[in-house]
Amino acid sequence: MEFFTTWVLPALIIIGQSLLLLVALLVFTAFILYADRKIWAAVMLRRGPNVVGPWGLLQSFADLLKFVFKEPIIPAGANKGVFLLAPLVSGVLALAAWAVVPVSEGWAVASINVGILYVFAISSLEVYGVIMAGWASNSKYPFLGALRSAAQMVSYEVSIGFVMVTVLLAVGSLDLSKIVLSQTDGLGTRLGLPNTFLDWHWLALFPMFIIFFISALAETNRPPFDLVEAEAELVAGHMVEYSSTPYMLFMLGEYIAILLMCALMTVLFLGGWLPPLNFAPFTWVPGVVWFVLKLSLLFFMIAMVKTFVPRYRYDQLMRLGWKVFLPISLAMVVITAFVLKLLEGGAA
Amino acid sequence: MEQGALLTGIPAAFFYLFALIAVAAALMVVASRNPVHSVLYLILTFFNASALFVLTGAEFLAMILLIVYVGAVAVLFLFVVMMLDIDFAELRTGLLQYAPIGALVGLVLLAELVIVLGGASFGPETASVIAQPIPDLSIRENTAALGDVLYTEYVFFFQLAGLVLLVAMIGAIVLTLHHREGVKRQNISRQVARTPETAIEVVEVESGKGI
Repeated sequence: MEFFTTWVLPALIIIGQSLLLLVALLVFTAFILYADRKIWAAVMLRRGPNVVGPWGLLQSFADLLKFVFKEPIIPAGANKGVFLLAPLVSGVLALAAWAVVPVSEGWAVASINVGILYVFAISSLEVYGVIMAGWASNSKYPFLGALRSAAQMVSYEVSIGFVMVTVLLAVGSLDLSKIVLSQTDGLGTRLGLPNTFLDWHWLALFPMFIIFFISALAETNRPPFDLVEAEAELVAGHMVEYSSTPYMLFMLGEYIAILLMCALMTVLFLGGWLPPLNFAPFTWVPGVVWFVLKLSLLFFMIAMVKTFVPRYRYDQLMRLGWKVFLPISLAMVVITAFVLKLLEGGAA
Repeated sequence: MEQGALLTGIPAAFFYLFALIAVAAALMVVASRNPVHSVLYLILTFFNASALFVLTGAEFLAMILLIVYVGAVAVLFLFVVMMLDIDFAELRTGLLQYAPIGALVGLVLLAELVIVLGGASFGPETASVIAQPIPDLSIRENTAALGDVLYTEYVFFFQLAGLVLLVAMIGAIVLTLHHREGVKRQNISRQVARTPETAIEVVEVESGKGI
C-alpha cells in the first residue's frame, strides 16, 4: 500500500499531466498550422484552406490522415536506422522541452530549478534531427541542406544563450516560474504604478527581446532564414527524401519548436501567465488564457514575418548572427550586470 | 543526500537503467562499424551520463553536459566524421593489433580511478579533502552553490581556463587564415549607403550609336 501511494500514484499523476499537455499541444499545433496558412493566404489575397470543415478548420486533421496513410519510401542507398531515427528525434525533442514550460501558476509538468537550462539544452539538440536526416538520406541536396542548417542553428544558439543570460541576471534564478513571478515588479512599479505589462522584461531589456525574436526565427528555420529548405536551391533541404509519416514528424517537430520559442519569449519577456493589467477584471481570467493569447500574438508576428520578408542569403545570415547579434548581446550582458550592480540587488 | 548513502528503491532502479545504457552505448562506440554510428552512440552515452548527474542531484552539471558536449562538441564530431573520406572498413582490420595498447591505457586509467576514489585507504589525510559537504537543496540551489565557490575561491583558475580556450581559438583561426590577393569582398556599409544618384547613370544615347 505504501509502495502504491509513494510511487505508483505520483507516476500515474505525472503520466496523466503529460498526456493532457501533449494532447492540448498537438491540437493547438494543428490549428496553428492552419492559422499560419490562413495568414499567409490573407496577405497574398488568397483564400487559403477552406474546404475541409467550416472555413477549412479541419484542414490539418485531413493532412494528418493523408500523411499517415501514404506509403513511406526509404531510398535504397539510405542508412535505414538513422534515416528513420532522425524524424523521431526532431519530433520527440520538440515535445520533450514542453515538460518544464509553466503555462499557468504551478502548471508545469516538471518544475525543476534549472528549467531554462533544460529548455536551452533540448533546443540545442534539435540540430541532430536535421544532421542525421541529411547524412542518412545519402543524397546531395539533403546533405548540403543539413550542413547549412547545422552551422545556422549552432550560430544563433550563441546569441539566444546570451539573451537568456541577461534575463537570468535580472531575475537571479533559472526557474521558469520564478522568472515569470519576478515580472510582477519592474519599471512600472518603480514609477509607482500598479503591476502592468510595463513591468515585463520586454521593456526593461528591449533590444534583447528583438534579438531573441529574430534568433528564434533563425533557430527554428523559419522564413526569412529558412535556408535549410530553400526550395529554389535545395528542393527541400534535409527533408527531400522523406515522405508520409516521417515527413509529417519533421513538420510537426518544426511547428512545435516554433511554439516552444514563442512560449519561451512569453515566459522571458511577456510575463508568462500574468495578466497585462494586474487588477480586478483582468485577474479573473485564468492565467493559461493569457499565456495562450500571448503565445498566439507572438506566433502571429512570426507568421507575418514569413509573408513579407524576403529570404536572406547565407552569408548575410552568418554576418547577422556573428557580427551583429553576438557583439550586441555580449555587450548587453556586461551592461546589464553593471546596471544591476549599481542598483544593487533590485530586479530591473 | 547523505554522503556515501546508497540509492534505494525506484531511484536505484533508474540508476541501474541509465548506467547500463551508458555502458552498453560506450561499448557500441568502440564496436560499431560505421563511424557516424559511433558518434551517435557517444551522444547516447553523454545523455545517460547527464541523467546520472540528475539522479545525484547535480542538475546544473547535467544540463551543462548536455549543452556543451551534446549540443556543441558532438555536433562538431559528427560534422568532421561525416566529412572524412576514409575507407573505415580498412582501418578496422588492424583492430586486434591495437587491442593490447588499448587495454593497457584502460588499465592505467582504471588504476588511477581506484587510487583517487579509494583515496581514504591510501592516504587517510586525503579523505577530508574529498568529502566536501554538498549544501542542502532547500538552503542553496546547486547552481548558486557552484557559483559561490567558482567565482570567489577558484576565480583565478576559472579565468585561466578561459584564457587557455581563447588561445586555442586564436590558434585555430591563425592556422586556417589565408590572405589571398584579388578576393572580391562585400562592403556592407558601402552597399547600404548607395543611393539612386550614385548607382544610376542616365545617358543620352543617340540613335544608331552605342554608348
